[in-house]
Amino acid sequence: MSVELDVFVVNTTIMDEEVYQLWLDGYTVNDAVKVRMEGGVLEGCEASAEVLHSDTMDQYRTFQMCERLLHSPVKLANQLLFQIPPHRQVMLIERYYAFDSVFVREVLGKKLSKGTKKDLDDVSAKTGVTLKSCRRQFDNFKRVFKVVEELKGPLVENIRQHFLLSDKLARDYAAIVFFANNRFETGKKKLHYLTFQDFAFCAGQLISNWTVGALGDYNMVEDMDVDLEKEFLQDLKELKILITDRDLLDQHKSLVCTALRGKTKAFNEMEANFKNLSRGLVNIAAKLTNTKEVRDFFIDLVEKFIEPCRSDKWTAGDMRLYLTHYTNSAHVLDTFKHQVVWDRYMGVIKSCILKMYHD
Amino acid sequence: MPGKLKAKIVAGRHLPVMDRASDLTDAFVEVKFGNTTFKTDVYPKSLNPQWNSEWFKFEVDDEDLQDEPLQITVLDHDTYSANDAIGKVYIDIDPLLSSEAATVISGWFPIYDTIHGIRGEINVLVKVDLFNDLNRFRQSSCGVKFFCTTSIPRCYRAALVHGFVEELVVNEDPEYQWIDRIRTPRASNEARQRLISLMSGELQRKIGLKVLEMGGNAVVGYLQCFDLEGESGLVVRAIGTACTLDKLIPGSEIKESPLAHGCRSSHNSPVHSACSSQRLSHSQNFSVSVPTLVFTGMGSGISVGKEAGPLKTLLRQQAQSALEQREFPFFTLTCFPPGFLVHIGGVVSARSVKLLDRIHNPDEPETRDAWWEEIRQEIKSHAKALGCHAVVGYSESTTICEEVCILSASGTAAMLNPRFMREGSVCVYSRFDDASPPSCGFCHIPYDEFNMPFPAQLTYCYHCRRQKVPDVLFTTIDLPAEAAVTGKGCLIQARLCRTKKKAQGEVNATAISNLLPFMEYELHTQLMNKLKLRCMNALFGLRIQISVGENMLLGLASATGVYLSALPAPGGIQIAGKTPSDLSYDQHISTMQKRINDTIAMNKELYNIHPPECIEEVVGSPIPDRQRSRLFRSTSESSDELSELDLSHGKKDAFVLEVCYALLRCLSIYLSLSPGFYSCNTEVMPGIYNWTSGLQMFTSVRVYRLNNANLTNQGLNKIFTDLCENLLKSLYFKLRSMIPCCLCHLNFTVAVPEEELIQVRRHTPKNTSPILFIFPINILVKIKLCVFVCFPGSGENEEQLQFSMELCGESTSSNNQPTAKPSVSSVDYGSFADRCSTWLELLRLKAHTIRRGSVKTTSSSERCSPLPEVRSRSLRSTRSLPCGAPVTVVKMTPLSFLPRTRIVKYLGIINMFFIRETTSLREEGGVSGFLHSFIAEVFAMVRAHVAALGGNAVVSYSMKECVFMENPNKNQAQCLINVSGDAVIFVRESDQEAIPPLITCGQTSTTGADGTT
Repeated sequence: MSVELDVFVVNTTIMDEEVYQLWLDGYTVNDAVKVRMEGGVLEGCEASAEVLHSDTMDQYRTFQMCERLLHSPVKLANQLLFQIPPHRQVMLIERYYAFDSVFVREVLGKKLSKGTKKDLDDVSAKTGVTLKSCRRQFDNFKRVFKVVEELKGPLVENIRQHFLLSDKLARDYAAIVFFANNRFETGKKKLHYLTFQDFAFCAGQLISNWTVGALGDYNMVEDMDVDLEKEFLQDLKELKILITDRDLLDQHKSLVCTALRGKTKAFNEMEANFKNLSRGLVNIAAKLTNTKEVRDFFIDLVEKFIEPCRSDKWTAGDMRLYLTHYTNSAHVLDTFKHQVVWDRYMGVIKSCILKMYHD
Repeated sequence: MPGKLKAKIVAGRHLPVMDRASDLTDAFVEVKFGNTTFKTDVYPKSLNPQWNSEWFKFEVDDEDLQDEPLQITVLDHDTYSANDAIGKVYIDIDPLLSSEAATVISGWFPIYDTIHGIRGEINVLVKVDLFNDLNRFRQSSCGVKFFCTTSIPRCYRAALVHGFVEELVVNEDPEYQWIDRIRTPRASNEARQRLISLMSGELQRKIGLKVLEMGGNAVVGYLQCFDLEGESGLVVRAIGTACTLDKLIPGSEIKESPLAHGCRSSHNSPVHSACSSQRLSHSQNFSVSVPTLVFTGMGSGISVGKEAGPLKTLLRQQAQSALEQREFPFFTLTCFPPGFLVHIGGVVSARSVKLLDRIHNPDEPETRDAWWEEIRQEIKSHAKALGCHAVVGYSESTTICEEVCILSASGTAAMLNPRFMREGSVCVYSRFDDASPPSCGFCHIPYDEFNMPFPAQLTYCYHCRRQKVPDVLFTTIDLPAEAAVTGKGCLIQARLCRTKKKAQGEVNATAISNLLPFMEYELHTQLMNKLKLRCMNALFGLRIQISVGENMLLGLASATGVYLSALPAPGGIQIAGKTPSDLSYDQHISTMQKRINDTIAMNKELYNIHPPECIEEVVGSPIPDRQRSRLFRSTSESSDELSELDLSHGKKDAFVLEVCYALLRCLSIYLSLSPGFYSCNTEVMPGIYNWTSGLQMFTSVRVYRLNNANLTNQGLNKIFTDLCENLLKSLYFKLRSMIPCCLCHLNFTVAVPEEELIQVRRHTPKNTSPILFIFPINILVKIKLCVFVCFPGSGENEEQLQFSMELCGESTSSNNQPTAKPSVSSVDYGSFADRCSTWLELLRLKAHTIRRGSVKTTSSSERCSPLPEVRSRSLRSTRSLPCGAPVTVVKMTPLSFLPRTRIVKYLGIINMFFIRETTSLREEGGVSGFLHSFIAEVFAMVRAHVAALGGNAVVSYSMKECVFMENPNKNQAQCLINVSGDAVIFVRESDQEAIPPLITCGQTSTTGADGTT
């Protein structure tokens, strides 16, 4: 005797969050049953493994049928096939679009293309995330990317509206889209110590300060939030005066040193390295007009600034102090005329470096 | 030109991509009614077209309005080739024809295709302008309301109950017409869907005409069924109860039935006057009756109440005369206005095995009519034999296997109060107060004590002590609201498999009819034993389903067992060995016996059955017991003296073993039932009153394939029982998050699909015989309850016991000394076996249309101890789902009400038929995936229709038909589903939790009024 057909359909769709997670994680039905058994779901119930298997199958089928709807979450709310209470819908969407930080770290900044998708089995092997789950996450990134790429308006808001995600998740997706679009290099060994959240924070800073949308004017250009503002990048070249003009550089240095003296143990190193560090930062700014250099933005930050400071054993407090005075002192330089661009640039650099300055 | 139908196509959304090149669709819509078709413009290149069409107007006869559905087809325009159909929507406009139901249909409907399922949605507006029809000879019956609900709908009052209405229409099945060989599966499915829709419309119209003729305005308990007879055609038949209903104005002084709140006021009474003397009972209130039964001359004063003897006799006579005018005094209702039921006799049923005739003339449904007529006559005569003049809770069903068809009808014989059937009777509810019947009245026997139609043990009612009640009562109705029960109820099932040889035609029919009485007997025995094992004495909602397969018969009886306080406590069960010589064997038996006794004790605990231990009181019977039993024996048909026959010969041996086996099964299984779960197949669970509004309806379907070709009866029985138990366990597991909860209206359906599937064109024969279980309509109502302690169930080895134990065949003489503990009873097989054999002889005489015998079950009960209180520690669960989603939340329930809500309006009947077919079974996730999505789609379509009518729930929902066929080799499958129910608008009862069970009339109406505003 064998069970040939076994279905269980409810009017108000029942979903077990645990099974949903197992499904999302790419477990096969049999593996999911095993995990559930070990989890002790049968305790207190007079149920056999068969029952558990049938239940898991039912749930998996429901999820599979829902998956099509989850691809465009707005549909989930007004589709008629499943009657799902709103709070459940939110849960379904949120979990479906959730991703593993180990996985996202691997594909962050990569082109969301078929080629990358083909390499997912390597990623899967490396991260321990099942291939199925990798594919889902990758497809989610790609889907969100494709939809918002064409849209005008603030990136985070667009994602939130089209995918009904929570603010946090929408921001993460904005970061992923932003990274994918600008192809920032994140895979170099030197960058390995950085987590996805570090990058997401930086992306948030870049999006809200360096893009056209950052100015709050959404009527002029297309894809505003996804690309850095060209004019601004052009303006950044002007900052070079801070390192090319010797007087200005010395003046800047003395202002900063005066302000820092006695306030930190690392003062000597700061003083010694000032010119190097300042050159590093300003050079990064000057090079950003070149798309290739944009990709290396993070690696440059690490190589040119973070690593030297780290080898000098600056504390996070030192870093903050230094950057604050470094930024502010420039305002006092009377021959330096690019205050607005400077602030816009340093504001982001400061918060990015502070975020990235850890072990 | 009595009607104008107007339709407007507003918009579409989520349409499928029909043009691969552009990933878009050029959609337009055809709107068809009768032979008129309108088209919208093509809305180019969009998946969300906005047609915003003009109003399409159809001027039609109201006859057509009733028969025809509005047919909306969405197509993709193609300049060069034929337009591709995206899908269709059929809209039944019947709800618009009654002034009290919906006025407009407006909403999003899923666009359905029989091959692809739901493909997007379409927004439609439909209205009807009806002109007054002055033609007296009209063929239409617009305005007659239909209800699937088998009780008086909540916001109506029954002014008059007219009685039974039935009709059937037949047609050729399009699937078997020659044209089907050349048309596409889609065309064929659509032709079938359309035909069935037309036929149900026609059927409803014809029934409506009958109702109008009788002077009624509504049909309650409308039950429509399809018989897919294959080559011999398609039968659509319906039965119902014609009534004159008056609408209740909410807020008026008329009190709503307390049941609407899911709580029963009778329960709160702290008094329990009666004292039960538990006594040994043994009875076999079961008889396969020969259709020739003497009219027993009702009344004769015996069972009439002492308090109001002459009045009641008068009532009885009135009822009789009122009912005699009707051909069939049948009522499809299962729940009645207070005072309607006077006495209950017991279950009456009849079955008949027919051979479907190959030649079929659609214009002459007489053959089928005659078949049903015959069965109904038999039911009627059975009821008379039980001293009853009416049958309530009446239903009809068929099972078809190739050309053999079993027609079954069953109901509960009862005495009714005539005032509901007389012209000009006044308000039911106002009368109810002064003429309130005693709560035990319905348990009292309606038949003559000295001339009982079957053996039963009578005692004085444990509640009023005045009249006689039987020891056990079986009924097909719901537990009357006024009934007093002790403890809780539970689902009781008897399951049975019987193998039979493959045969054709008459031989097959004869073989089946020979098996049927044995099956019924055995099912009955199982029910009796299981009932006793749970220490209960009455069954409600009994439904026996027998289904035929090529080489087996399946029987499944489900009912809800309760302990009626008015009836005597059930006896225990005693087992005895066949060969008492063996010592170890004896010991085995005694352990077994101990286990049984323990189980009974535990069940008492589990179901909270604590009948009052009362002063021992010898029940005065006018005749000494022994004598009395003789008396009845002489009146029943044949050689009953042989009833003391030993059981250990011939075929009977087998069933003793099996009965024993079944018993063991329940022993082992029921001990381990999940705590916090209750199940019953009636509307409400007896003994539970604190329902929450958390409600969940589910459908579960399972198909098993039996691999072993030559299985024995016993093996099959075990498998069958396991399957049912596993299904229940599986349900408990799936719904564990809702604990404590109760599965109400649990409705099991079993089928044995044929080995060779009918449709040879699309499906090739299979090698093995699968069993198809369809369990539609189940519902889960979450209740607030205290969680019970788990019982230490000792899992013993069953196989070992299976062959060594037997039930005692000889009846230990009935011991009528009242004892404090439930005492032992044994089962008497002898008399039955005899009756079987005589009856079988009779069967042989008849050629191939063989009438099936009926099961009659007795009795009555009486209230004595309303259980002081349900120990409810009210685990408050405030699980209300947040509403406000863009899609209206539509609740579905097989119950006729929604707990803690009030139905304010009935919008019309939902009766839909769908076919789904696939040629890519594997791609759709195999049979399970296919059926899963189909059922989900059916739910979605039902919800959409209800929402479009302006409703927010379907009550009395049922899935009448679910026929599944597959051919995995060809990667194909087909499924047919028929669903029905009543669309309603409900409002939540004012949010103040915990409305006291005894709410005064004033309060109810105020809250009600508040709710509507």
